[in-house]
Parts: sequence; structure tokens; C-alpha cells
Amino acid sequence: MRLSRRVAVVAVAVGTMFATVACGSTDEPGAASADVEVFTWWADGGEKAGLDGLVGVFGTDCKDFKFVNGAVAGGAGSNAKQVLASRLQQNEPPDTFQAHAGAELSDYINDDQVEDLSAQYSEWGLTNAFPKGLIDNLTVDGKIYSVPANIHRANVLWSNKTVLAKAGITKDATTLEGFFADLDKLKAAGVAAPLALGKDWTQQMLFEALLISKLGPDKFNALWNGSGDWAGAEMTAAINDYKKLLTYTNKDRDTFDWTDAEKLLMDGKAAYQLMGDWEAADLDAKGFKDYGWSVFPGNGNVFQWLADSFVLPKGAKNAEGTKCWLKTVGSATGQAAFNQKKGSIPARTDVGTDGFPAYQQAAMADWKTATQVPSCPHGSACAQTWQGAVSSAQGKFSSDGDVAALQAALASAAAEFGPKKK
Amino acid sequence: MTAAVADPAVQTQAPAPGPARRAGFPWAALIRYGLLLFFVLIVLMPLYVLVVTSFKSGREIGVNGQWNLPEQWTFASWAKAWTALGPSFGRTFQLAVPVALLSSIIGAANGFVLSRWRFPGADLVFTLILFGMFIPYQAVMIPLREIVLWLGVPSGIPTLIFVHTVYGIPICTLIFRNYYATVVPEELIEAGQMDGAGLLRTFRSLILPISIPGFVVTVIWQFTSSWNDYLFAIFLSNTRNGPITIALNALAGAQSPDYAASMAGALITSLPTLLVYILLGRWFIGGMMAGSVKS
Amino acid sequence: MPFLNEEVALRHRRRTWIPGLLLISPSLILLAVFVYGLIGWTFNLSLQDRHNARPAKGYVGFDNYTKLFTADINDRFVHSLQNLVVFTVVFMAGTLLFGLIWALLLERRARAEGFFRTIYLFPMAVSFVASGVVWRWLMNTGQGDSAGGINAIFHGLGLGFLESPWWTHPDWGMAAMAMPAIWQLAGYVMALFLAGFRGIPEELREAAVVDGATTFQLYRQVLFPQLTPTILSALIITGHMSMKMFDLIMSVSGAQWLTEVPAVYVWQTLLTRDYAKAAAISVFLLLVVAVVVVPYLIHVNRSEKRS
Repeated sequence: MRLSRRVAVVAVAVGTMFATVACGSTDEPGAASADVEVFTWWADGGEKAGLDGLVGVFGTDCKDFKFVNGAVAGGAGSNAKQVLASRLQQNEPPDTFQAHAGAELSDYINDDQVEDLSAQYSEWGLTNAFPKGLIDNLTVDGKIYSVPANIHRANVLWSNKTVLAKAGITKDATTLEGFFADLDKLKAAGVAAPLALGKDWTQQMLFEALLISKLGPDKFNALWNGSGDWAGAEMTAAINDYKKLLTYTNKDRDTFDWTDAEKLLMDGKAAYQLMGDWEAADLDAKGFKDYGWSVFPGNGNVFQWLADSFVLPKGAKNAEGTKCWLKTVGSATGQAAFNQKKGSIPARTDVGTDGFPAYQQAAMADWKTATQVPSCPHGSACAQTWQGAVSSAQGKFSSDGDVAALQAALASAAAEFGPKKK
Repeated sequence: MTAAVADPAVQTQAPAPGPARRAGFPWAALIRYGLLLFFVLIVLMPLYVLVVTSFKSGREIGVNGQWNLPEQWTFASWAKAWTALGPSFGRTFQLAVPVALLSSIIGAANGFVLSRWRFPGADLVFTLILFGMFIPYQAVMIPLREIVLWLGVPSGIPTLIFVHTVYGIPICTLIFRNYYATVVPEELIEAGQMDGAGLLRTFRSLILPISIPGFVVTVIWQFTSSWNDYLFAIFLSNTRNGPITIALNALAGAQSPDYAASMAGALITSLPTLLVYILLGRWFIGGMMAGSVKS
Repeated sequence: MPFLNEEVALRHRRRTWIPGLLLISPSLILLAVFVYGLIGWTFNLSLQDRHNARPAKGYVGFDNYTKLFTADINDRFVHSLQNLVVFTVVFMAGTLLFGLIWALLLERRARAEGFFRTIYLFPMAVSFVASGVVWRWLMNTGQGDSAGGINAIFHGLGLGFLESPWWTHPDWGMAAMAMPAIWQLAGYVMALFLAGFRGIPEELREAAVVDGATTFQLYRQVLFPQLTPTILSALIITGHMSMKMFDLIMSVSGAQWLTEVPAVYVWQTLLTRDYAKAAAISVFLLLVVAVVVVPYLIHVNRSEKRS
């Protein structure tokens, strides 16, 4: 009879747990029609602060609706995009989600997963509020599908001033050669891995920054529109330089997200990190003041941009609430509140520089004059299939350093997933 | 397929002491128990890390002293983990309990028919059913998502209940078939038929009352495997309506994960199955043994 | 008339087995649809030209399969198979080895056997996702002064040469990835072996001892041959689990090149909406499993009939 007694004990234990938790789990999603679930990957630090700023404006402008945070953590949306893809495939879309402007957005448009917002653009007077180049990236066949919230710059080199000073580096390098010289100085000064790096997409960013230095903006742009040369000698030289660059980075990079690499910088274990300018807001949010920044050496006045935008998914439960959210995102007050905290600059051209931290004021000035190039890991240059292939190839290169294999893989990825050669 | 499945508890017991061993020479025993204890340490090491880290606070999780006991024991990480996992914890019960009951009942009926109320070709049918146990579920996942949508099963827990019940049928059928084949004598069925009892009455009044041990095994098995599942969960649900493994992965897979909270979360996630294992250990093993289809 | 009698008997038999078939038929229909039907559906999908969310453009025969081996960038699929092979071999060997050692240590009346058995078995109750959390921490890749997890122990003990890059090692990373899986399932294999040992009639041992066999001879020549079915089932179970391995890898390393196996590749491919390719990989995985499992099921079925 021991059996039945034990069974009874378990039954009671399980029953009690069931009863306690069942009471707590009645807040099913979508119960209230006022809820607007906003899906982003802004879960921590400066990104969360930016989102909070936007939510504040939403709270006053859209009193009828309630913001529900659907954030999924993970840099550049690496986890979030997986979750989002599976929710879209399950016909369980959030009320709105974050999508990078450009080729990545076209995935959702081609797959018929987002609604046309052209009517809202004219209703809210947004058509002329954004720069024309950006609008072109949001438009497919004359219809516009998303509202941009910000512009980020991807090709920024962050540094720990104290570590640089110790190694006697007083001026930012402006060429790749200068950069390599500085890295050598740091190594000589005892910094074993002076360039902090993380996994897949962060390696893609570093590689692209180096490509911009090696090829210049025109040839770099050409890589993404089908007229560039992935297989040539220039690319081989660039990959070799990239390989050399990796020798200055931390070996355990494949286990790191960008914030882990950022921590190396903050702890003084590394001197440099290439990262988008969300890092400024994140360092501020973490109370780290001792940082410097420059454009990646050799990039000159190139501004590698990416933009976050919000969409109205097909089948969103609360379309009215979403529209109010989108209106807030597109408004001047919304963009100011969001971008001051997020570390990015407003997508609208009519937001003043007042109230923005020093880094962003400089970026706002640069944006107007700089040469613009897109970014593949952040969706402005390539669609997700292409991005996935490049990411896998970078992952392989990070472990085996096979230059020929990386070049062949990049060339095949461009041939298979990129626009056809013109 | 024999008693190993039906009553593993008996089989895993040590046999009665054999003939007395040669006396003296304790070295063998010393080495033996030394080894056994060494392996205990190895096996418990991850558990130690889980428990110790989960009671640390943010500052203590650095590289130095990470194997030490916390200087200050705190429940802060447990609270944080519970906030992240609480809702899905309840949902997972709503998933695992119905799955365990439904597939057990179906398995009992199938097992009975396939062992004691056989029809021509029953062996072939049984083998075909068993194959369902081994398939990599990726091979059905793409259309599964579409067919569940098409059937109109609400997404999240209801979908997962349905799916786990269906794919749990093979193992539950196997367990009950082997169980009935061992403990139910043919004569019992024949006697019932003499009295004019049909299939359902025989099953209800003669078979079910002696089926408790079989149910314990299938309920444990199905409860554990649906509780621990991640593959179906990630394909068919999400953080808002899915089970606890999804929520744990979101908590622990975030950028620069909070290890203390992740480990507290891993413990919270494992508590129900560990509880079942500790209290019903022998029958739990029985369920695991049943997976072996052995003869 | 004898003729009538036969018919009555036949009708009686049919009356008895038909309700059984009826009772089991809902399950049969469900499995026919959800196992065999959906496999067929996936197979059908794998033959089509459907590489995004839009409808297929037509059938392409076995192109999606051949492309996996000939035209996959960086031979990504072949690489995932290599990873799977390393993982599977280490995982199966590891569980068998530890399972056997523990079973041998416990097999003859160990004191507190229940205690040891309980400890060795408990990891099985834990989900791969939860154990992935702690193993990611244990297999911290930092070395030297920034060592963490197991490396920190090695470092602290002055065994620095044992420090390992674990799963980030380009060739043997998957062997490290198998460690958590071994931790979880060695106890299970131990339980299988214990049951196997105890299924061996006591008389066999006694006869061998009477014949003057040494302990080694006893195990080598008398007991192990009796364990063949146990070893076979242990191999089948761990083997097919290994083919499906997904949760653990996602939880320890996330989806990335270094640790990619076919099950993870399917998931990655689905995310980029390449449905036909995902289907082809899944079907290939299924075939690998079927090649091993189907003969085994037939074997079990036959040997059962014999007994």
C-alpha cells in the first residue's frame, strides 16, 4: 500500500501547487481590448530607457489604450526575430513590432504580413517629415509600410580613455594602418585582447566597418545592390586584414553578446569596441563615463545607418491602438522623448538638437553631411535569408580563419540571396 | 517484452544476499565505495552550482569566488525568477496535468486491446504505432503548425495539450500493452466473456481496477516529458502563452544573462519534476525503463 | 451441420475482435494523420520549389536533397552532420561507459544502493533547457585569470593545462556539448544495465563460480553475453535522442555555426522561411533514424513472437 500512499502525497502536492498558481495565471494576454502589445528587443539599459520615454508620450497622447511590453532580450534582435517569426507563423502577431527599415522590412512586406500605411502617412502629415532616402527604404511599389522611429549609426569605435592613456595613445587613429599600430601598442602595454568582440552579428558589423575602409563607400554600396564584386582581390585583401584584426580580439567572442563585450571595455580589459551608437546610451545608463568615440578608422565621413521602424501587422488584435502607437512614434514629441534616451537621432528632420547628449548632437550634424551606407546585420542592406547565410559564414570564419572559404561563402550568399547583377 | 516494464521496481531491487563472500580484504569495498562517492560528487556538482548561485546577489556572481557559498544568502534572485516564470509555471500545470491523464487513458484502452483483445494484424499495427515514438518531430513540425491552425485549436496551451497527447499515445500504449500482457491472465478475460461481458465492461470492471501501477508510470512519464518539452513549445507557442521552458530560455538566454536569476529559474522549472522523481522515484524509473521497448 | 457451426464460430470471433478495433481506431486515425500523414506532407513539401512564404512554384524532384550536399554554402549541412556524428559518438559512448561502471559498482548488493541510484538518476528529471543553464556556466570558456566554471577549478588546482575552450573548440566542441547530455542520461543507462543484470538467473552465476571462474571471467564470459539486448536498447534510445538533440544546444550555445546540428539547422532555415529546405533536412533526419529503428522494431517484434 506504499504505492497508493505516495501517489496520494503527490496528488495533494501537485493539486495544491496547481490551485495556487492557477489563481495567479488568469491575466491571459489580450483580455482587455485596450492593450497594445509592442514587440521590440529593447529590454535593458539605454534601449529600455528609450522605450520608456516613448511609452510616456504614448500614455498622454493615447489615454484610451494601455501599453503592454512585449520585449524579448538579445542584441540586434537575434532572439527576438526568432520569437517574432514563430508568432507570425502561428498567426499570433503582436499589435505592433519593431522592424529594421530597408531590405529586412521587405521580407514582411513580400510575405504579406504587414498592412499598408500610406493613408495614415497623409492623414498624420508624415510624408514630408522624414528624409526622402529613408522613405524610399520603407516603400515598396508606391506603398509605405512602416513608421521609422530613429536613425542609428553602426560604424562607431568606442574606447576606454584610461586604457588608451596608459598605452600612450592620445589621438584617434584615422586609418587602418594607424589603428593596427595602436592595437600593437596596447598589446605591448599588456592588454592581451585590446579589441572587444562578441558573436555572429557583432563580427559582421566589425567586418563591414573594415570593408568600408578598404573599399570606400561606393564599392561597399555596390556589394548590396548586385553590382559589387565579392570574389575579387580587393575583397581577399580585406578578409586578410579582418583576419589580422581578429587576432586582437578576445578568444571567447563566440560566447559573448555585445553587452558582454561592452563589459570588457568598461572593466578595462579591452580598449576598443566597434558597436552601433546605442552603446553611448547604454554606457550612460550604466554610469560609465570614461569612454571616447570616433568613427571606425578609415571610414572617413561615412555614416553607416540603420533605422528602427514600427509596423501594423495583419491580424493585429487592436489595430486602432496600434495606429495611435504609430502616430506617437512618428510625432516630433515622441521622437524627441525616445531618441534622447535611446542614443539614436530622430528620423524626423524637424526635431531640434536641444536636450540631446553631446554624442547625438554630433551625430545629428554628421547625418546631414555624411555619405550614407547601409548595414546588413541590421537589415538596411540585406534581407534575412542573406543575413542568415552571412552570419553562418562569419561564425565559421571566427573558428577556423579560412579566408578562401569565407570569400567563397560571401560570394555564393550574394549570388543566391542578393539582387541579381545588373 | 517482459516484466522489466511491468514492474521495474522489482527488477532493480538487489537480489537476496548470495553465498557468503570470502572474509577480510576490505580494499575492494574501499575502492568501490570511494568510486561511488566520487561519482556522487561529480553528478551533484551542477546541482551545487545551481543552488549556491541562485542564492547570491548581483555583486557576488563575478569570476572570483564563484564556487564559494554565498556570503549573504538572499532570495532576491528567486523573486526575480519567479516574476519572470510565475505565469508560465501555472500554464505548464494546465498543460502537463491534462496531457498526463488524457494520454494515459487512451494508452490504457489501446494497450488492453493490443494485448488481450487482439484483432488480426495487431502486431503490425502495434509496430506502426511504436514507430511514432522514435520520429524526430522536426519531420512533422512544419505541417503540424498549419494543420493545428486549420483545425482551429486555440494557440498556446490547448494546442500543446492536443499535440502532446497525440504524440504520447505510442509510449503509453507500449507501457500498458506490456503491463497487461504480464499481469492480466487470459483466463480472466475468458471468464468475463463466459459471463457475457463485452469489451467495454471487461475493460471497465475487470481491467481498470488493476491498472493503477500502469497509470502511475504513464502519468509520470507524460507529465515529465510535456513539462520538460521545448521543441513543440517553441514551434507552437510563445513567451506569452507557452510553457515554462520557453520562459526560462527567455530569462536565461537574454543578453548578459543574470546568472543568479537564471539558476533560480532553472531550479523553479525543475522543482515539479524533481518532486515527482523524489516521491515516486521507483515508478519514475519504471516509466523511463518503459521507453526501452526491450524484450 | 458442420458448415453452420464454423460460421457461427467465425461470427463469434469477429464479434469479439471488432469492438477492440473500434476502441483503438481513434488513436489509429490520429497517428495515421499526425505521424504518417504529416511525414508525407513534409516529404511532399521537400520536393517543391518553396523557399519563402509565398506558394510553391512547382516540383523540383530531389533537388532540395542533392543541394544539401552539393550546393550548401560552406557545406553547412555536411558540417552539421559532422557535428552530429561527433556528438552522437561521444554521447553514446559516454552514457554506456558511465552507465556500465555505475551498474557494475552497484550490481552486487551495495550498501545504500538506493541512495546511489537515486543520485545518479536524478538529472534525468531535469529538462535540457534547465540543465543547459548550469552547463553554460560550467563550460565557461574563459581561461587563466578570467577562468570560470570548471576551468576555474582546474586553474585553482594548478591544473591549468586541463582548461578547455569547451564547445567553442572548432573540432571537438561537440564532444564538450555531449557532456551535459551524458550527465543527464548515464543514470538511465545504469538503470537499464541494473535491470539487465538482475534479469540474469542466479543459477548461471553460481554455476560459473562452481566451475572456478574468476570474477573477470564471470563477467566477460557469462554475464555480458546475456546483456546484449540491454545494450541494444540503450544504444537505440540514446542514439535516437541524439539525432533529435535541439533543446540542449539551443540552451547552451544558441544557434550558431560552431554547434549546429541538423535539428538546429531546420529551425534556422524555417526562420528565414526556406520551407522546402527545412523539410528536406527533416526528412533526411527521419530517414537516418528510421534506418536504425525500423530493423530494431522488427527484431523486437520477431523475438517476441518466438518467446
